[in-house]
This record gives sequence, C-alpha cells and structure tokens, in this order.
Amino acid sequence: MRSRMNALFDAMLPVFATLAALGVGMIMLLILRVSPLEAYGALWEGAFGSTNAIAETLVKATPLLLVGLGICIAFRANVINIGGEGQMIIGGILATQVGLTFTDAPGWLIIILAMFAGFLGGAIWGGIPGALKAYFNVNEILSTVMMNAIAVQLMNFLLRGPMIDPAQLEKASKIPQTARLAEAFRLPRLVPTRLHLGFLIALVLAILVYILLWRTTLGYRIRAVGQNPDASRYGGIRVRRRIVLALFLSGAFAGLAGAIQVYGVNYRMITDGSASGFTGAAGFNGIVAALFGQLHPIGTIPASIFFGALLVGANKMQRVVQIPSALITALNGLVVVFVVSSEIWRKKRQRQRLALARQAESEDDDVSPSAPELYPPAEEASES
Amino acid sequence: MSDNKLPSGHTRIDSLEMRGITKRFPGVLANNKVDFEVHAGEVHALLGENGAGKSTLMKILYGLYGQDEGDIILNGKKIKIDSPTDAINHGIGMIHQHFMLVETLTVAENVALGMPSSRGFLTDLDRVSERILELGKIYGLEIDPSAYIWQLSVGQQQRVEIIKALYRGAALLILDEPTAVLTPQEVKEFFVIMRQMVADGHALIFISHKLHEIMDICDRVTVLRDGELVGTKIIKEITKSELANWMVGREVSMTRELVDVELGPARLEVKGLCADSNRGTPAVRDFTLNVHSGEILGVAGISGNGQKELAEAITGLREVTGGSVLLEGEDITHCRPGEVTERMLSYIPEERMRDGMIKDFSIAENMILREHHKSPFAEKGFLMLKTIAKHSDQLIDRFRVKTPSRDTKAGTLSGGNIQKVVLAREISRQPRVLIAAQPTRGLDVGATEYVHAQLLEQRANGTAIMMISEDLDEVMALSDRIAVICEGELIGIVPRDEATPEKLGLMMAGVNPEEEAASAAR
Repeated sequence: MRSRMNALFDAMLPVFATLAALGVGMIMLLILRVSPLEAYGALWEGAFGSTNAIAETLVKATPLLLVGLGICIAFRANVINIGGEGQMIIGGILATQVGLTFTDAPGWLIIILAMFAGFLGGAIWGGIPGALKAYFNVNEILSTVMMNAIAVQLMNFLLRGPMIDPAQLEKASKIPQTARLAEAFRLPRLVPTRLHLGFLIALVLAILVYILLWRTTLGYRIRAVGQNPDASRYGGIRVRRRIVLALFLSGAFAGLAGAIQVYGVNYRMITDGSASGFTGAAGFNGIVAALFGQLHPIGTIPASIFFGALLVGANKMQRVVQIPSALITALNGLVVVFVVSSEIWRKKRQRQRLALARQAESEDDDVSPSAPELYPPAEEASES
Repeated sequence: MSDNKLPSGHTRIDSLEMRGITKRFPGVLANNKVDFEVHAGEVHALLGENGAGKSTLMKILYGLYGQDEGDIILNGKKIKIDSPTDAINHGIGMIHQHFMLVETLTVAENVALGMPSSRGFLTDLDRVSERILELGKIYGLEIDPSAYIWQLSVGQQQRVEIIKALYRGAALLILDEPTAVLTPQEVKEFFVIMRQMVADGHALIFISHKLHEIMDICDRVTVLRDGELVGTKIIKEITKSELANWMVGREVSMTRELVDVELGPARLEVKGLCADSNRGTPAVRDFTLNVHSGEILGVAGISGNGQKELAEAITGLREVTGGSVLLEGEDITHCRPGEVTERMLSYIPEERMRDGMIKDFSIAENMILREHHKSPFAEKGFLMLKTIAKHSDQLIDRFRVKTPSRDTKAGTLSGGNIQKVVLAREISRQPRVLIAAQPTRGLDVGATEYVHAQLLEQRANGTAIMMISEDLDEVMALSDRIAVICEGELIGIVPRDEATPEKLGLMMAGVNPEEEAASAAR
C-alpha cells in the first residue's frame, strides 16, 4: 500500500514540478501586468481547446517523440546524443532527395523509401560519432554537437545550390528551399486536421523500442553496456560495437523524425540558415521529452505530448495576452529546470527507501551475510 | 601530565558504557537491549556476522543514528550523542573501512579539512603539520604531512585517518574492519600502532570477523547475533572455534574435508604467459602452470602481485603480450572474453560488484549475463523471459540467495548474497575450468563456509579449479597444490602436505626456499 502511494507520488512528481514552474511563471506574468489566469487559459485553449488544437499538439509532439525514442536508446547505453538536430537534417535531406528524384513512382513506395532514407541518413550521422567514441575515445557530446554544425552548413549549401527549387532560380528570388513534393507522396492525414500518419508511426515505434530494449538480446546488451561496460565485457558482450550501434539507432530515429517532418508537415525542405528553422529544435527538445519520460519509450509518449502542448499553447498565449516571445522561452526553460530538479528529488527518495529496505533486509538476516556498512549512503559519508 | 590525560593532551575516556540500547528499523529490531562496555587501555572486539547489528550499534555511538531506547554513559555520566560532531567533542572517533580522504589534497590538508583554522580566514597548515609530526612521534605514525594522499599506500592512508581522529581529540576509536584492506605485513604494523595506543590509555573498539586477528590483538570480545547481545568474554578464556560457534549460533567447521578425487588430465595449461598492468608495466611474467581436472590449485600471493592480471589474461579480458593459454588442448590465448566463456571457462572475479555483475540489473538478468544470447534463454534474438525467470528462481533456491524476488536489483543485495549470485551463475554452467579470485573476501564465517563447500563440490565433480586468494588459511585449507606468485612471477608450486605458512610466507616475499637450499649446497 505504502509502496503504491510512493510510486504514485513519484509518477506525479513531473506534474507537480510543472505546476511549480507555472507558479513561478505566474510571477513573471504579473510583473508584465498580464492576468495569469487569462494567459494560462489561453495556453490550455491553444493546446487542447479544440480538435484542431489537439491535432497541432500531436503534430508538434511527433518529432519530439521520435527523437526522444532515439535518446532513450542512446542514454540507456550511457552515450549522450546531443546531435538530434543534425541527424534530423540529414534524414530530412536524404528523404527529400528520394521524393525529388523518383517523381513518377507510386506514392506508398516513395513514402517507404523516403522514411528508410531518413532513417539511414540519421543513422550514419549518429553512427560516425559512435564509431569515434568506441574506437578513438572521442567524447560523443562534443562530436555530436559538431556534427550538428556540419549538418546545418551542408543543408544551407544544398538548399542554396544543388537542391534548390528550380522555380526559385527562374524567379531569381533564390529562397533556399527545395521544390515541393508531389501530392501523392504526402503522409496521409488522419482526421481533417494537419495530424498525419507520422504520429501513429511514432507511437508504434515507441512500443517497438520498448520491446527492443527489454525483450531482446540486443536490448539486453545495450542496457548492460550502459550500466557497466566492464561486467558487459566479462559477459562476452562486444562493448564497442554496442556503443556504435546505440548511437546509430539513436541517430536513425532522429533522421526518421526529419523525414516525417518533410513528408508530413512541410512537404519540402526549407532553411532559414539555422537548424531550428527546419527542426523546430525538436533535436534538443526530444532529449528533454525523453528525460521527462524517464528514458522509457512508453513514458516518452505522454512526455512528448506534454511538450508539444506547451509549444503550441505558448504560441496561442503569446497572441492572446500580447507578451514577448522571450517569456515563452523562459517559461519553457522553467518547466525543464523544475522537472529535471524534481528528478533528482525522486532519485533521492528512491535511495532513501532503498537504504531502509537494505537495512531491514540485512538486520534480520541471520546466517547469510550482508554488508550495509560497505556501502554507506552518500549523505552519511559526508557527515563523518 | 595529569593522570587522566592522554599523550596527545586530550582527556582520557576511562569507561564508556552503552546500556540497553534498542534500535528499530521499519519491521526490524536491529539492536535489542544491547549492553556494551569499553574502558581505557583495552582493545574490545565487537564480533558478529554481517547484519548482526554491530554496525548499527557503532553508528549509534558515533551519532549517525539515534537509539530508540537505552543510555550512553561516559566516565559515569549520561551523555547524548546526536551527531558525529557530538561524538568527536566527547572524544569518540571512528575510522571507516572506506577511507574518507580527499585524494588530491595533502595529508595536512586532509587533517585540517572541516576544522576551524587558528588564523581565521587564513589557513594554518604549518601548525597542522607540526601537530601531525608531533602526534606521529608519540604514536609511531610517521607520515609526511606534505605528501598527497594518492601517493600513499593503503596502509599509510589508514595512518592518516588515525591521525585525523587523534588530531580531533579522539580518546576512544571505533575501528570498522580496519584490516580488510591491508596486506599481512601492513596488518602487523597496524597492530603495533594499536598496542601503542592502548598502552597510552586509549580505548579501542575493533570490528572484524577475522577470528585470528581478534585472538591476536583484543583483550575482550563482545558478540552480537541477530541484534541481540550474546555475551562478552575475556579473549584468554575462549578459543577460536568457540568464538566462531558463538557468533554463528551453531557448530562451524573450521577445517575443510578434501575427498579423494582422481586427478584428471590438464584442462588449463598456461605457458610462459605475459601480460601488462593497466599502467603498461609488465604484471605477469613468463608464468607457467597446469590445472588438472578434479583439483584445486591455489594461487597465493600478496595483494597486487599480478594475480588479477593473470586471471584476466587467461579469461581474455586482458591482452596477452606473450606465451599461450590452452583450454583442453585448444589455444585460447587471443580469444575474446565471450569466446573463452563459450568454451566453458567460468570466472569469479575479485571485484565482483564491479566486474562480475550489473548492479542496476535484476537478479534474473544477472543470472544470464554469460548466456543471455543462447538457447534456452534467447531464441532468434528475443529473450525468453519465462525460461529466464524459472532458471533464476531455481538458482536462488539452490544457492540460498536471500532476496525478496528475482526482480530485485542485484545492487541492493548484501555482499554475501551478491557473491552467491555470481557463484550460482558461474557454477550452474557446469564449467570445465573455474577460476575463482578472492572468492570469500568480505564474507563472514557462515558464507565463507558455504562458498568453500561449493568449490569443493565442483572439485569432486571434476572441474579444474584455480583459486586465487590472499588469505593463506583459505589457500591451505582448500588447495591440492599451492602456486605462489610474486611480482607476476611464479615462485614455485608446493603440494598441500608440504605447505606451511612460514614457507609460503617466504615464497610470497619472492624467496624460493628450495632454490635457496640448492644454491647454498653448491
């Protein structure tokens, strides 16, 4: 009973944290002389107020979920993938090229091919830092960030040159974008809104990633390597290969997110010179969503929807109560800070319960030994 | 110097009494009306199996826990200890088994850490250093105050811990398994220091489950079992085996019965093996030996003489720089760890928490670490969760692992139970060769007995066993032959009936008595 209450409390922690963040946001709104009630009302309205709003929220959630799934895989292997942005871009570029090259092929075939191209593009862009880490001990945080920069410049080059929309050349306006994809190639819409098949694909993949991580030998190995590379080696696991694979897969999901962004939302690739012009910063926000979902693929689903709602709702809030967009960014930041902090709190609670349980186990233990004194909780150690 | 002063200048603790201490944890009575008493000038052993409540009792004394009932009486006066700071102010110090030192700071800086400086905002390290040298002289704890902790050996680091406590005015010291991390030589030196402190009027509480050490150094012993006081005795009035029975609460066999097993063919052949340490220096040099089916070959040596590297080189975990390893005639010298495992070699690593299991994995998941990719635990890349669950339930049952369930995270288990999980996994594969490194380190008498029984059962089944151990008693009790390693070299192999502690001790120091005799005769 007590343990169930504890579990419930833990699960609700992110929600409490969000409420606390909105509470602090309320102060900022008051300073700006805006009614918090009205502002948050607009936020809710914008995110969930109508079918359309909900659909927009889910559209925004789709790339977050896909990137987040990749993050779950990478972080479980204890490799940090900050390269979601670049991986999305490369995935988007390859997928777009598929649709622009084979203009006469049947739609379903192109969609499948394009998704695969996006998957592969992201995988390569993630796999390179993976190989660098595994075989040359290059820090993957640095290399994935650097790969982002390369991807952005590659995109800018391609969209201004080789891949530019021929119409833009004729008009001499030279907007850096590709030609529009044929209508047959668009991802089907689900309801009469902008919500597209990509969201369902992401949901199915979330379940598949869950199965991968906890029901297959491959997932066992990835998690083992992430928890303890030494013991993994001892267990016969080839640690380096798993590290490469984890980043490869992680990149692949981001690449797929890029492909889906092109085929489900934009129908072309367009750049404003920055990465987020294409990705909407999903490559970064996906990390937050995955962490919010406690690095669990299923948990990442509601987490992505939550952040999607925040993004969409904030837009509406900005329009309705006329506040600077900087406040929206700040509010998002607040939520992240509060949620991440609450995570530490949750872990601490867990540790305390563990220590208690261990104490209980060890002290009633008659013949078989236990050594609580071997592993004193950190708090105790610092006291003495 | 007045009568109740110690050479360090602090007030002596003539007597300290804990009366009727009771401490409850949710659902558990950790200490039940325990009485404990220690006085100046004695080493008082606190003995009990892990989980008997000795650690709880000492944590209460040091102010880490508060007792639910009972009193602490110091020099006849009732006192309250609410925090380690209180304890230190009363002259009670504690040396933890795992040192609380900052590696990148000097000895003086570590001692000064957390103490107010006599110069306010400025440091007074020169004064601290002087005091360290002074204390060192009094107690025979010579140490350079300007040395960095990372430069010091484990034994020296322990001296720093003691000086730290003395500097803070400790008259009574709680020593929590102080010898667990020391080499036999360091233990001897440590005992000299302990005797000096006792002679000077300190009171020492010595927590250990190494019986021979308690017999050696202590004046009195208090035994706890299941949170209850079993009794207090003067060491001179009790024997080692009585003490063991007292602690465990049943007859414990101190000797091991080696049944006759027909010696089979050499299963493991190590020929001229060389391997480097992590620092890149040679750690195993031209090492040659065979292990036969049905024997336990003990490998004795002082800690850090290449034992770990030897085991890792054989099991494929460490690169072999020369020589070869044959398993049943097949060359496995440059095989990957997984390939060595495939050939039915099992290995119980020395650092089982770090190298032998994954703390955040469940027991069930840890049970299949070696075979997670193979039928029946995996089919076509998918884990067979039901088979895995059944398998781990069987092993938990057979090896008497104490755990709430197979889904419990392995890292939450106690040391002895973790060793049982590793043992269960490695033995249940029915290995052809088993390498066990320090199989009973950190385990208490009951668990040690159990592990030994399992190793002997494997021996009877015809497994070729190489047992690496720093515990001479263990090596001599279990081995058919004893190989001694020193600085990565094989000094010699002694049959069981020719082995004496003196002879092995000499060999562990790198001297082969037979060679010495031969060269002397020449």
